[in-house]
Amino acid sequence: MIRVELPAHLRTLARVRKEVQLEIEGTVTLRSVLDALEARYPMLRGTIRDHVTRERRPFLRFFACELDLSHESPDALLPEAVAKGEEPLLIVGAIAGG
Amino acid sequence: MSGVRVLVGTKKGAFILTSGGKREKWEINGPHFAGWEIYHMKGSPADPNRLYASQTSGWFGQLIQRSNDGGKTWEPVDNRFVYDGVPGTHQWYDGTPHPWEFKRVWHLEPSLDDPDTVYAGVEDAAMFRTKDGGKSWTELSGLRKHGSGPHWQPGAGGMCLHSIIIDPKNPERIFIAISAAGAFRTDDGGKSWKPINKGLYSKYIPDPTAEVGHCVHHVAMHPSRPGVLFMQKHWDVMRSDNAGDSWQKISGNLPTDFGFVIDVHAHEPETIYVVPIKSDSEHFPLDGKLRVYRSRKGGNEWEELSKGLPERNCYVNVLRDAMAVDRLDNCGVYFGTTGGQVYASADAGDTWTAITRDLPGVLSLEVQTLS
Repeated sequence: MIRVELPAHLRTLARVRKEVQLEIEGTVTLRSVLDALEARYPMLRGTIRDHVTRERRPFLRFFACELDLSHESPDALLPEAVAKGEEPLLIVGAIAGG
Repeated sequence: MSGVRVLVGTKKGAFILTSGGKREKWEINGPHFAGWEIYHMKGSPADPNRLYASQTSGWFGQLIQRSNDGGKTWEPVDNRFVYDGVPGTHQWYDGTPHPWEFKRVWHLEPSLDDPDTVYAGVEDAAMFRTKDGGKSWTELSGLRKHGSGPHWQPGAGGMCLHSIIIDPKNPERIFIAISAAGAFRTDDGGKSWKPINKGLYSKYIPDPTAEVGHCVHHVAMHPSRPGVLFMQKHWDVMRSDNAGDSWQKISGNLPTDFGFVIDVHAHEPETIYVVPIKSDSEHFPLDGKLRVYRSRKGGNEWEELSKGLPERNCYVNVLRDAMAVDRLDNCGVYFGTTGGQVYASADAGDTWTAITRDLPGVLSLEVQTLS
């Protein structure tokens, strides 16, 4: 079970309270987690990754296990603690604007 | 019993203001989509309970929300706005080529007779359409590809397609306007388009009378006379009596003819409204005094309407899609400000009251007249 923590606005949009829990078949990567997240919550499509390029939106970051994974390959394996469900993947909105 | 529903898009959410036909007591509902920019909300003329909203964010991009119950509940629909083919480039502010990139939806215009058909004006400028209530969007790419697209350039607010007017007597004819490209018209339902900017004069472009490049801020039309258009340009208030084929300046005695909004009285096609703004570098009312100007003669002769509006120390702006009228008798006129005030007049502009003063900055305002 993979745990994902969304920013507040996306929790509201997806109508979830805090963490989202996802089952991932195969390798646990940013791509596989985001694919599973968007499959379960279709309203999140386009809000984390661009519809066309599939790249991370510029004002969002991916953190886990005190690491910044924002610039990792989407196909790189996520930390083992995330894959085991011990730590969440954090999707974080940049601190910007008012 | 008749009533009015005012749809207010703000920098931090959507608000729905409702009142009975007397327009004396108002109920304010919201914020919907709290914390998000709501660039525009509009209801279907064919089904007043069908509403569409453009919800945007610098962090999370574009969403489109749909309501089937007059704004009580909402559901997100498709948010894929993908340009047809390779979008190419338009001009950047300095005249260099810049890639066409989707940023947000500025305006949603539901069809006059089908609640599931909606036109969307977007930044970077293009027009999209859904025919299935927002489940999918398709670009009407004949506009962007008609030839002048590489020469379009953004205004200060971005290269936005902000005005969409459907001819009620001929739904194949649609008028749109882009800042800063100008006005365009299709006569075949969006397949082909032509610029309609003859008569516009803009000192800020190399050729002030060019076919495209004009910073049109808003266009309005009375449904009984679809060939007559009124335009608030960057500077200049303009009028066309031939469906945009040519324009004449009607600024007349306005104290300044810079501004953003323009609208037409619901029952008097020659009565029009603007809110003069000091200048392109000072986006607030002259002398700190908020005033609407009304012409009952289709332009040139304007009267100041200020009863009930701030007389001093008012430095707000009224953005291009933030004025609308109701269809009651006497016609109601409404506008929202960047300071979060929503002003209403139930007597065609003679007197004004603030429905509310403390909303987030108002980006857009539309009115539904309910029977």
